[in-house]
Amino acid sequence: MTMGKAIELHQVSFAFEGRPVLEEINLTVGVGDFLAVVGPNGGGKTTLLRLLMGSLEPRQGVIRIFNQPPRKARRFIGYVPQQTVLDRDFPVSALEVVLMGRLAPNSFFPRYRREDYAEAYAAMRAVGVEDLAGIRFGDLSGGQKQRTLIARALAGRPQLLLLDEPTASVDPVVAEDIYKLLAQLNREVTIVLVSHDLGYIASHFRQAVYLNRRLSPYHPGESGSGPFPGWSSGKTSATSAARGGQ
Amino acid sequence: MGAFWAAFLQYEFIQNAVLAGVLSSLACGVAGVYVVVKRITFISGGIAHAVLGGIGVAYYFGRDPLVGAVVTALCSAVLLGLINLTARQHEDIIIGALWAVGMAVGVIFMALTPGYNVDLMSFLFGNILMVTKPVLWALFLLDLAILLVVAVFYRQFLLVCYDEEYARLRGLPVKALYILLLALIALTVVILIKVVGLIMVIALLTLPAAVAGLFAHNLHRMMLLATVLSFLFILSGLVFSYQLNLPSGAIIVVMASVGYLGALAWRRFLPSARRRAAF
Repeated sequence: MTMGKAIELHQVSFAFEGRPVLEEINLTVGVGDFLAVVGPNGGGKTTLLRLLMGSLEPRQGVIRIFNQPPRKARRFIGYVPQQTVLDRDFPVSALEVVLMGRLAPNSFFPRYRREDYAEAYAAMRAVGVEDLAGIRFGDLSGGQKQRTLIARALAGRPQLLLLDEPTASVDPVVAEDIYKLLAQLNREVTIVLVSHDLGYIASHFRQAVYLNRRLSPYHPGESGSGPFPGWSSGKTSATSAARGGQ
Repeated sequence: MGAFWAAFLQYEFIQNAVLAGVLSSLACGVAGVYVVVKRITFISGGIAHAVLGGIGVAYYFGRDPLVGAVVTALCSAVLLGLINLTARQHEDIIIGALWAVGMAVGVIFMALTPGYNVDLMSFLFGNILMVTKPVLWALFLLDLAILLVVAVFYRQFLLVCYDEEYARLRGLPVKALYILLLALIALTVVILIKVVGLIMVIALLTLPAAVAGLFAHNLHRMMLLATVLSFLFILSGLVFSYQLNLPSGAIIVVMASVGYLGALAWRRFLPSARRRAAF
Protein backbone atom coordinates (compact mmCIF):
# COMPACT_ATOMS: atom_id res chain seq x y z
CA MET A 1 0.00 0.00 0.00
CA THR A 2 2.89 2.36 -0.53
CA MET A 3 2.54 3.55 -4.10
CA GLY A 4 -0.71 4.33 -5.85
CA LYS A 5 -3.12 7.20 -5.91
CA ALA A 6 -6.04 7.62 -3.57
CA ILE A 7 -7.51 10.68 -5.22
CA GLU A 8 -7.05 12.18 -8.66
CA LEU A 9 -8.88 15.28 -9.86
CA HIS A 10 -8.30 16.52 -13.38
CA GLN A 11 -9.63 19.94 -14.44
CA VAL A 12 -12.68 19.59 -12.19
CA SER A 13 -15.22 22.43 -12.17
CA PHE A 14 -18.51 22.71 -10.35
CA ALA A 15 -21.20 25.39 -10.39
CA PHE A 16 -24.31 25.83 -8.25
CA GLU A 17 -27.21 27.60 -9.96
CA GLY A 18 -24.88 29.21 -12.47
CA ARG A 19 -22.45 30.44 -9.80
CA PRO A 20 -19.01 28.84 -10.09
CA VAL A 21 -17.98 27.13 -6.86
CA LEU A 22 -14.92 25.24 -8.01
CA GLU A 23 -12.82 25.95 -11.10
CA GLU A 24 -10.22 23.81 -12.82
CA ILE A 25 -9.18 21.83 -9.79
CA ASN A 26 -6.23 19.51 -10.27
CA LEU A 27 -5.18 17.42 -7.35
CA THR A 28 -3.42 14.16 -6.67
CA VAL A 29 -3.39 12.54 -3.26
CA GLY A 30 -1.25 9.47 -2.83
CA VAL A 31 -2.18 6.44 -0.76
CA GLY A 32 -1.14 7.07 2.84
CA ASP A 33 -1.08 10.85 2.52
CA PHE A 34 -2.55 13.31 4.98
CA LEU A 35 -3.79 16.36 3.12
CA ALA A 36 -5.18 19.51 4.68
CA VAL A 37 -7.36 21.67 2.45
CA VAL A 38 -7.65 25.15 3.92
CA GLY A 39 -9.59 28.12 2.69
CA PRO A 40 -12.26 30.64 3.59
CA ASN A 41 -15.88 29.73 4.30
CA GLY A 42 -17.72 29.53 1.00
CA GLY A 43 -14.47 28.72 -0.79
CA GLY A 44 -15.83 25.34 -1.93
CA LYS A 45 -14.30 23.03 0.67
CA THR A 46 -17.46 21.10 1.54
CA THR A 47 -18.42 20.97 -2.15
CA LEU A 48 -15.05 19.37 -2.87
CA LEU A 49 -15.73 16.68 -0.25
CA ARG A 50 -19.20 16.04 -1.66
CA LEU A 51 -17.69 15.62 -5.13
CA LEU A 52 -15.18 13.13 -3.74
CA MET A 53 -18.05 11.15 -2.17
CA GLY A 54 -20.08 11.14 -5.36
CA SER A 55 -22.96 13.12 -3.79
CA LEU A 56 -22.40 15.76 -6.47
CA GLU A 57 -21.33 15.33 -10.07
CA PRO A 58 -18.71 17.72 -11.47
CA ARG A 59 -19.82 19.95 -14.34
CA GLN A 60 -16.49 19.33 -16.02
CA GLY A 61 -13.43 17.26 -15.40
CA VAL A 62 -12.68 13.80 -14.08
CA ILE A 63 -12.55 12.48 -10.52
CA ARG A 64 -11.00 9.15 -9.62
CA ILE A 65 -10.93 7.60 -6.16
CA PHE A 66 -8.62 4.59 -6.08
CA ASN A 67 -8.87 4.59 -9.89
CA GLN A 68 -12.66 4.40 -9.84
CA PRO A 69 -15.47 6.89 -10.27
CA PRO A 70 -16.50 8.24 -6.82
CA ARG A 71 -19.88 6.46 -6.76
CA LYS A 72 -18.17 3.10 -7.19
CA ALA A 73 -15.52 3.91 -4.59
CA ARG A 74 -17.98 4.88 -1.86
CA ARG A 75 -17.39 1.73 0.16
CA PHE A 76 -13.72 2.70 0.56
CA ILE A 77 -14.61 6.12 1.98
CA GLY A 78 -15.26 7.12 5.57
CA TYR A 79 -16.76 10.56 6.08
CA VAL A 80 -16.86 12.77 9.16
CA PRO A 81 -19.35 15.61 8.73
CA GLN A 82 -19.42 18.83 10.72
CA GLN A 83 -21.25 17.91 13.90
CA THR A 84 -23.41 21.04 13.59
CA VAL A 85 -25.30 19.49 10.65
CA LEU A 86 -26.64 16.78 12.97
CA ASP A 87 -29.81 17.40 14.97
CA ARG A 88 -28.90 17.68 18.68
CA ASP A 89 -32.34 16.51 19.78
CA PHE A 90 -32.35 13.36 17.66
CA PRO A 91 -32.98 10.29 19.85
CA VAL A 92 -29.98 8.19 18.91
CA SER A 93 -27.20 6.74 21.06
CA ALA A 94 -23.48 7.01 20.33
CA LEU A 95 -23.37 3.28 19.54
CA GLU A 96 -26.25 3.60 17.09
CA VAL A 97 -24.45 6.44 15.34
CA VAL A 98 -21.29 4.33 15.01
CA LEU A 99 -23.32 1.35 13.75
CA MET A 100 -24.60 3.56 10.91
CA GLY A 101 -21.11 3.15 9.47
CA ARG A 102 -21.91 -0.54 8.97
CA LEU A 103 -25.20 0.05 7.18
CA ALA A 104 -25.66 -1.21 3.62
CA PRO A 105 -28.55 -0.94 1.14
CA ASN A 106 -29.56 -4.51 2.01
CA SER A 107 -29.63 -3.90 5.78
CA PHE A 108 -33.26 -4.85 6.40
CA PHE A 109 -35.01 -5.23 9.76
CA PRO A 110 -33.78 -3.50 12.91
CA ARG A 111 -30.99 -5.81 14.04
CA TYR A 112 -27.30 -5.57 13.18
CA ARG A 113 -25.13 -8.66 12.82
CA ARG A 114 -22.66 -9.66 15.50
CA GLU A 115 -19.67 -8.68 13.37
CA ASP A 116 -21.20 -5.21 12.87
CA TYR A 117 -21.26 -4.74 16.64
CA ALA A 118 -17.69 -6.05 16.87
CA GLU A 119 -16.49 -3.56 14.25
CA ALA A 120 -18.42 -0.71 15.87
CA TYR A 121 -16.95 -1.40 19.32
CA ALA A 122 -13.46 -1.81 17.84
CA ALA A 123 -13.78 1.58 16.14
CA MET A 124 -15.03 3.16 19.37
CA ARG A 125 -12.09 1.69 21.27
CA ALA A 126 -9.68 2.96 18.62
CA VAL A 127 -10.81 6.55 19.21
CA GLY A 128 -11.41 6.18 22.96
CA VAL A 129 -15.20 6.47 23.22
CA GLU A 130 -16.10 2.87 24.06
CA ASP A 131 -17.51 3.92 27.44
CA LEU A 132 -20.02 6.28 25.82
CA ALA A 133 -21.89 3.67 23.77
CA GLY A 134 -25.22 4.09 25.56
CA ILE A 135 -25.19 7.88 25.88
CA ARG A 136 -27.46 9.93 23.67
CA PHE A 137 -25.34 11.47 20.91
CA GLY A 138 -26.76 14.96 21.49
CA ASP A 139 -25.67 14.85 25.15
CA LEU A 140 -21.99 14.25 24.32
CA SER A 141 -19.40 17.02 24.47
CA GLY A 142 -18.01 18.49 21.26
CA GLY A 143 -14.85 16.39 21.40
CA GLN A 144 -16.74 13.20 22.24
CA LYS A 145 -19.10 13.82 19.32
CA GLN A 146 -16.16 14.31 16.99
CA ARG A 147 -14.51 11.08 18.14
CA THR A 148 -17.80 9.21 17.81
CA LEU A 149 -18.23 10.46 14.24
CA ILE A 150 -14.67 9.39 13.46
CA ALA A 151 -15.51 5.97 14.93
CA ARG A 152 -18.56 5.79 12.64
CA ALA A 153 -16.34 6.49 9.64
CA LEU A 154 -13.81 3.87 10.80
CA ALA A 155 -16.47 1.22 11.44
CA GLY A 156 -16.88 0.82 7.69
CA ARG A 157 -13.15 -0.05 7.39
CA PRO A 158 -12.36 2.81 4.99
CA GLN A 159 -9.16 3.34 3.05
CA LEU A 160 -9.83 7.05 2.69
CA LEU A 161 -11.04 9.27 5.49
CA LEU A 162 -12.65 12.62 4.64
CA LEU A 163 -13.23 15.14 7.44
CA ASP A 164 -15.18 18.39 7.27
CA GLU A 165 -13.89 20.94 9.80
CA PRO A 166 -12.95 18.32 12.42
CA THR A 167 -11.99 20.92 15.02
CA ALA A 168 -14.55 23.65 14.36
CA SER A 169 -16.74 22.79 17.37
CA VAL A 170 -14.11 21.93 19.97
CA ASP A 171 -11.73 23.90 22.15
CA PRO A 172 -7.98 24.06 21.30
CA VAL A 173 -6.92 21.35 23.79
CA VAL A 174 -9.42 18.89 22.33
CA ALA A 175 -8.45 19.95 18.82
CA GLU A 176 -4.88 18.98 19.65
CA ASP A 177 -6.07 15.51 20.74
CA ILE A 178 -8.12 15.10 17.58
CA TYR A 179 -5.12 15.92 15.38
CA LYS A 180 -2.95 13.47 17.34
CA LEU A 181 -5.62 10.82 16.83
CA LEU A 182 -5.77 11.55 13.09
CA ALA A 183 -1.98 11.39 12.78
CA GLN A 184 -2.12 7.98 14.45
CA LEU A 185 -4.95 6.78 12.17
CA ASN A 186 -2.96 8.02 9.17
CA ARG A 187 -0.64 5.04 9.57
CA GLU A 188 -3.43 2.96 8.09
CA VAL A 189 -5.68 5.26 6.08
CA THR A 190 -5.30 8.16 3.68
CA ILE A 191 -6.77 11.31 5.22
CA VAL A 192 -8.10 14.48 3.64
CA LEU A 193 -9.49 17.16 5.92
CA VAL A 194 -10.86 20.58 5.16
CA SER A 195 -10.64 23.50 7.56
CA HIS A 196 -11.02 27.25 7.58
CA ASP A 197 -8.63 27.44 10.54
CA LEU A 198 -5.54 28.56 8.61
CA GLY A 199 -3.60 29.39 11.73
CA TYR A 200 -3.92 25.92 13.17
CA ILE A 201 -3.05 24.18 9.92
CA ALA A 202 -0.08 26.55 9.58
CA SER A 203 1.37 25.40 12.87
CA HIS A 204 0.64 21.68 12.43
CA PHE A 205 1.04 20.80 8.77
CA ARG A 206 4.21 21.37 6.87
CA GLN A 207 2.31 21.71 3.64
CA ALA A 208 -1.30 21.90 2.57
CA VAL A 209 -3.43 23.21 -0.26
CA TYR A 210 -5.43 26.42 -0.27
CA LEU A 211 -8.90 26.36 -1.82
CA ASN A 212 -10.84 29.46 -2.73
CA ARG A 213 -12.75 28.42 -5.83
CA ARG A 214 -9.35 27.56 -7.30
CA LEU A 215 -6.69 25.39 -5.74
CA SER A 216 -3.21 26.61 -4.98
CA PRO A 217 -0.32 25.30 -2.89
CA TYR A 218 -0.27 26.55 0.65
CA HIS A 219 2.96 27.02 2.48
CA PRO A 220 2.19 27.15 6.15
CA GLY A 221 5.82 27.85 6.88
CA GLU A 222 5.20 31.38 5.70
CA SER A 223 2.33 31.70 8.15
CA GLY A 224 -0.17 34.37 7.22
CA SER A 225 1.35 34.97 3.80
CA GLY A 226 -1.56 33.26 2.09
CA PRO A 227 -1.35 31.35 -1.16
CA PHE A 228 1.86 30.95 -3.00
CA PRO A 229 2.34 34.02 -5.24
CA GLY A 230 2.26 33.56 -8.98
CA TRP A 231 0.28 30.33 -8.80
CA SER A 232 -2.60 29.97 -11.25
CA SER A 233 -3.56 26.36 -11.75
CA GLY A 234 -1.90 23.12 -12.55
CA LYS A 235 -0.89 19.94 -10.90
CA THR A 236 -0.73 19.95 -7.15
CA SER A 237 0.94 16.82 -6.04
CA ALA A 238 -0.03 16.14 -2.52
CA THR A 239 2.36 13.24 -2.49
CA SER A 240 5.10 15.72 -1.98
CA ALA A 241 2.89 17.82 0.25
CA ALA A 242 1.40 17.54 3.65
CA ARG A 243 2.59 14.58 5.63
CA GLY A 244 0.34 14.53 8.61
CA GLY A 245 0.48 15.35 12.23
CA GLN A 246 3.01 17.43 14.00
CA MET B 1 -65.12 6.75 33.93
CA GLY B 2 -67.70 4.36 35.41
CA ALA B 3 -70.41 5.60 33.08
CA PHE B 4 -68.09 5.26 30.11
CA TRP B 5 -67.15 1.74 31.14
CA ALA B 6 -70.80 0.73 31.39
CA ALA B 7 -71.47 2.22 27.96
CA PHE B 8 -68.38 0.47 26.59
CA LEU B 9 -69.74 -2.90 27.67
CA GLN B 10 -73.20 -2.10 26.37
CA TYR B 11 -72.72 -0.39 23.00
CA GLU B 12 -70.86 -1.79 20.04
CA PHE B 13 -70.10 1.68 18.62
CA ILE B 14 -68.08 2.55 21.71
CA GLN B 15 -66.19 -0.74 21.50
CA ASN B 16 -65.48 0.07 17.83
CA ALA B 17 -64.30 3.54 18.82
CA VAL B 18 -61.84 2.16 21.37
CA LEU B 19 -60.60 -0.40 18.86
CA ALA B 20 -60.17 2.37 16.28
CA GLY B 21 -58.22 4.25 18.96
CA VAL B 22 -55.85 1.29 19.39
CA LEU B 23 -55.35 0.89 15.64
CA SER B 24 -54.73 4.57 15.02
CA SER B 25 -52.36 4.82 18.01
CA LEU B 26 -50.12 2.22 16.41
CA ALA B 27 -49.89 4.14 13.14
CA CYS B 28 -49.52 7.55 14.70
CA GLY B 29 -47.01 6.41 17.32
CA VAL B 30 -44.75 4.95 14.65
CA ALA B 31 -45.17 7.43 11.78
CA GLY B 32 -45.47 10.43 14.11
CA VAL B 33 -41.96 9.78 15.40
CA TYR B 34 -40.59 10.23 11.88
CA VAL B 35 -42.61 13.44 11.45
CA VAL B 36 -41.08 14.83 14.65
CA VAL B 37 -37.46 13.74 14.23
CA LYS B 38 -37.31 14.64 10.54
CA ARG B 39 -39.17 17.90 11.28
CA ILE B 40 -41.68 17.54 8.47
CA THR B 41 -44.84 18.67 10.25
CA PHE B 42 -45.70 21.13 7.50
CA ILE B 43 -45.38 18.46 4.80
CA SER B 44 -47.66 16.15 6.80
CA GLY B 45 -50.19 18.98 7.18
CA GLY B 46 -50.09 19.54 3.42
CA ILE B 47 -50.81 15.87 2.77
CA ALA B 48 -53.65 15.86 5.31
CA HIS B 49 -55.44 18.78 3.72
CA ALA B 50 -54.80 17.67 0.14
CA VAL B 51 -56.59 14.43 1.01
CA LEU B 52 -59.93 16.27 1.11
CA GLY B 53 -59.63 16.73 -2.66
CA GLY B 54 -59.51 12.96 -3.16
CA ILE B 55 -62.40 12.44 -0.77
CA GLY B 56 -64.54 14.98 -2.66
CA VAL B 57 -63.75 13.45 -6.05
CA ALA B 58 -64.48 9.93 -4.76
CA TYR B 59 -67.83 11.16 -3.43
CA TYR B 60 -68.73 12.75 -6.74
CA PHE B 61 -68.10 9.52 -8.63
CA GLY B 62 -69.92 7.48 -6.02
CA ARG B 63 -66.80 5.65 -4.83
CA ASP B 64 -65.62 4.88 -1.30
CA PRO B 65 -64.14 8.12 0.13
CA LEU B 66 -61.50 6.07 1.97
CA VAL B 67 -60.12 4.87 -1.38
CA GLY B 68 -60.06 8.44 -2.67
CA ALA B 69 -58.25 9.49 0.49
CA VAL B 70 -55.60 6.77 0.20
CA VAL B 71 -54.92 7.49 -3.47
CA THR B 72 -54.62 11.26 -2.95
CA ALA B 73 -52.47 10.84 0.14
CA LEU B 74 -50.02 8.60 -1.69
CA CYS B 75 -49.92 10.89 -4.75
CA SER B 76 -49.28 13.93 -2.54
CA ALA B 77 -46.51 12.07 -0.73
CA VAL B 78 -44.74 11.20 -3.98
CA LEU B 79 -45.20 14.75 -5.30
CA LEU B 80 -43.87 16.40 -2.13
CA GLY B 81 -41.03 13.89 -1.92
CA LEU B 82 -39.90 14.72 -5.45
CA ILE B 83 -40.18 18.44 -4.76
CA ASN B 84 -38.11 18.14 -1.60
CA LEU B 85 -35.40 16.36 -3.55
CA THR B 86 -35.39 18.53 -6.68
CA ALA B 87 -36.69 22.04 -5.94
CA ARG B 88 -36.18 22.52 -2.21
CA GLN B 89 -36.09 26.31 -2.46
CA HIS B 90 -39.78 26.40 -3.48
CA GLU B 91 -40.86 23.62 -1.15
CA ASP B 92 -42.86 25.56 1.44
CA ILE B 93 -44.81 27.48 -1.19
CA ILE B 94 -45.70 24.31 -3.07
CA ILE B 95 -46.82 22.62 0.18
CA GLY B 96 -49.00 25.63 0.96
CA ALA B 97 -50.51 25.52 -2.52
CA LEU B 98 -51.20 21.79 -2.33
CA TRP B 99 -52.72 22.31 1.11
CA ALA B 100 -55.24 24.88 -0.13
CA VAL B 101 -55.91 23.46 -3.60
CA GLY B 102 -56.66 20.03 -2.14
CA MET B 103 -59.26 21.50 0.17
CA ALA B 104 -60.72 23.67 -2.60
CA VAL B 105 -61.11 20.68 -4.94
CA GLY B 106 -62.75 18.72 -2.14
CA VAL B 107 -65.24 21.45 -1.32
CA ILE B 108 -66.09 21.98 -5.02
CA PHE B 109 -66.71 18.30 -5.72
CA MET B 110 -68.78 17.89 -2.57
CA ALA B 111 -70.90 20.87 -3.66
CA LEU B 112 -71.34 19.27 -7.09
CA THR B 113 -72.45 15.99 -5.56
CA PRO B 114 -76.25 15.86 -5.36
CA GLY B 115 -77.80 15.56 -1.90
CA TYR B 116 -76.92 16.88 1.51
CA ASN B 117 -73.41 16.02 2.66
CA VAL B 118 -73.25 15.60 6.39
CA ASP B 119 -69.98 13.74 5.91
CA LEU B 120 -67.93 16.84 5.11
CA MET B 121 -67.95 17.71 8.80
CA SER B 122 -66.88 14.23 9.83
CA PHE B 123 -63.89 14.38 7.50
CA LEU B 124 -62.88 17.82 8.73
CA PHE B 125 -63.31 17.10 12.43
CA GLY B 126 -63.48 13.32 12.56
CA ASN B 127 -65.90 11.12 14.39
CA ILE B 128 -64.42 8.09 16.03
CA LEU B 129 -67.88 7.10 17.31
CA MET B 130 -69.08 6.51 13.74
CA VAL B 131 -66.38 3.97 12.87
CA THR B 132 -67.88 0.80 11.37
CA LYS B 133 -66.57 -2.77 11.13
CA PRO B 134 -65.36 -2.44 7.48
CA VAL B 135 -63.52 0.75 8.41
CA LEU B 136 -61.86 -1.08 11.31
CA TRP B 137 -60.64 -3.73 8.88
CA ALA B 138 -59.31 -1.03 6.57
CA LEU B 139 -57.49 0.61 9.50
CA PHE B 140 -56.07 -2.78 10.46
CA LEU B 141 -54.70 -3.39 6.96
CA LEU B 142 -53.21 0.12 6.77
CA ASP B 143 -51.56 -0.46 10.16
CA LEU B 144 -50.16 -3.76 8.99
CA ALA B 145 -48.68 -2.14 5.88
CA ILE B 146 -47.09 0.67 7.91
CA LEU B 147 -45.61 -1.59 10.57
CA LEU B 148 -44.26 -4.03 8.03
CA VAL B 149 -42.50 -1.33 6.01
CA VAL B 150 -41.05 0.28 9.14
CA ALA B 151 -39.82 -3.10 10.41
CA VAL B 152 -38.05 -3.82 7.14
CA PHE B 153 -36.55 -0.36 6.61
CA TYR B 154 -36.05 0.69 10.25
CA ARG B 155 -32.27 1.17 10.09
CA GLN B 156 -32.34 2.76 6.65
CA PHE B 157 -35.05 5.24 7.67
CA LEU B 158 -33.00 6.08 10.76
CA LEU B 159 -29.93 6.97 8.72
CA VAL B 160 -31.91 8.90 6.09
CA CYS B 161 -33.63 10.96 8.81
CA TYR B 162 -30.45 11.54 10.78
CA ASP B 163 -27.78 12.14 8.17
CA GLU B 164 -28.82 12.15 4.51
CA GLU B 165 -25.29 12.76 3.26
CA TYR B 166 -23.96 9.71 5.09
CA ALA B 167 -26.90 7.62 3.86
CA ARG B 168 -25.90 8.51 0.31
CA LEU B 169 -22.28 7.58 1.02
CA ARG B 170 -23.41 4.18 2.35
CA GLY B 171 -25.15 3.66 -0.99
CA LEU B 172 -28.73 3.84 0.33
CA PRO B 173 -31.42 4.89 -2.18
CA VAL B 174 -32.10 8.13 -0.29
CA LYS B 175 -34.79 9.49 -2.66
CA ALA B 176 -36.81 6.29 -2.73
CA LEU B 177 -36.56 5.88 1.06
CA TYR B 178 -37.69 9.46 1.66
CA ILE B 179 -40.71 9.05 -0.64
CA LEU B 180 -41.55 5.73 1.02
CA LEU B 181 -41.40 7.42 4.41
CA LEU B 182 -43.75 10.18 3.23
CA ALA B 183 -46.10 7.49 1.87
CA LEU B 184 -46.25 5.89 5.33
CA ILE B 185 -47.04 9.25 6.87
CA ALA B 186 -49.72 9.75 4.21
CA LEU B 187 -51.37 6.43 5.10
CA THR B 188 -51.26 7.38 8.77
CA VAL B 189 -52.93 10.67 7.97
CA VAL B 190 -55.77 8.75 6.30
CA ILE B 191 -56.20 6.60 9.40
CA LEU B 192 -56.18 9.59 11.73
CA ILE B 193 -58.76 11.46 9.64
CA LYS B 194 -61.30 8.91 10.91
CA VAL B 195 -60.37 9.74 14.49
CA VAL B 196 -59.77 13.49 14.73
CA GLY B 197 -60.48 14.77 11.21
CA LEU B 198 -57.99 16.22 8.79
CA ILE B 199 -57.83 19.67 10.40
CA MET B 200 -56.60 18.21 13.69
CA VAL B 201 -54.50 15.35 12.29
CA ILE B 202 -51.27 17.24 12.86
CA ALA B 203 -51.87 17.43 16.61
CA LEU B 204 -52.21 13.68 17.00
CA LEU B 205 -49.35 13.00 14.59
CA THR B 206 -46.86 15.22 16.38
CA LEU B 207 -47.79 15.70 20.05
CA PRO B 208 -47.51 12.10 21.32
CA ALA B 209 -44.21 11.67 19.45
CA ALA B 210 -42.95 15.02 20.76
CA VAL B 211 -43.72 13.99 24.35
CA ALA B 212 -42.01 10.65 23.77
CA GLY B 213 -39.00 12.47 22.31
CA LEU B 214 -38.52 14.31 25.59
CA PHE B 215 -37.90 11.04 27.39
CA ALA B 216 -36.76 8.38 24.92
CA HIS B 217 -33.12 7.98 23.96
CA ASN B 218 -33.65 6.00 20.81
CA LEU B 219 -36.11 5.74 18.00
CA HIS B 220 -37.85 2.44 18.73
CA ARG B 221 -38.46 3.33 22.37
CA MET B 222 -39.77 6.69 21.22
CA MET B 223 -42.19 4.83 18.94
CA LEU B 224 -43.35 2.54 21.72
CA LEU B 225 -43.87 5.43 24.12
CA ALA B 226 -45.60 7.55 21.47
CA THR B 227 -47.98 4.69 20.69
CA VAL B 228 -48.93 4.26 24.35
CA LEU B 229 -49.35 8.01 24.76
CA SER B 230 -51.53 8.35 21.65
CA PHE B 231 -53.78 5.64 22.97
CA LEU B 232 -54.00 7.35 26.37
CA PHE B 233 -54.86 10.68 24.71
CA ILE B 234 -57.49 9.09 22.47
CA LEU B 235 -59.04 7.03 25.30
CA SER B 236 -59.15 9.91 27.76
CA GLY B 237 -60.55 12.12 25.01
CA LEU B 238 -63.28 9.57 24.37
CA VAL B 239 -64.16 9.33 28.04
CA PHE B 240 -64.38 13.08 28.50
CA SER B 241 -66.25 13.66 25.27
CA TYR B 242 -68.77 11.00 26.33
CA GLN B 243 -69.25 12.46 29.77
CA LEU B 244 -69.30 16.12 28.71
CA ASN B 245 -71.20 15.37 25.49
CA LEU B 246 -68.67 17.30 23.41
CA PRO B 247 -67.10 16.42 20.00
CA SER B 248 -64.60 13.59 20.47
CA GLY B 249 -61.99 14.79 17.93
CA ALA B 250 -61.62 18.18 19.60
CA ILE B 251 -61.41 16.71 23.10
CA ILE B 252 -58.75 14.22 21.96
CA VAL B 253 -56.64 17.06 20.58
CA VAL B 254 -57.07 19.05 23.82
CA MET B 255 -55.94 15.97 25.78
CA ALA B 256 -52.83 15.61 23.60
CA SER B 257 -52.00 19.31 24.03
CA VAL B 258 -52.41 19.12 27.80
CA GLY B 259 -50.17 16.05 27.80
CA TYR B 260 -47.50 17.87 25.81
CA LEU B 261 -47.57 20.97 28.03
CA GLY B 262 -47.47 18.74 31.12
CA ALA B 263 -44.43 16.89 29.77
CA LEU B 264 -42.66 20.17 28.97
CA ALA B 265 -43.34 21.44 32.49
CA TRP B 266 -42.11 18.15 33.96
CA ARG B 267 -38.87 18.46 32.04
CA ARG B 268 -38.49 22.13 32.91
CA PHE B 269 -38.78 21.57 36.65
CA LEU B 270 -36.94 18.27 36.73
CA PRO B 271 -33.90 19.00 34.59
CA SER B 272 -32.03 15.98 35.89
CA ALA B 273 -34.56 13.81 34.05
CA ARG B 274 -32.73 14.69 30.88
CA ARG B 275 -29.71 12.55 31.52
CA ARG B 276 -31.14 10.05 33.93
CA ALA B 277 -34.27 9.20 31.96
CA ALA B 278 -35.17 5.63 32.78
CA PHE B 279 -36.72 5.09 29.41
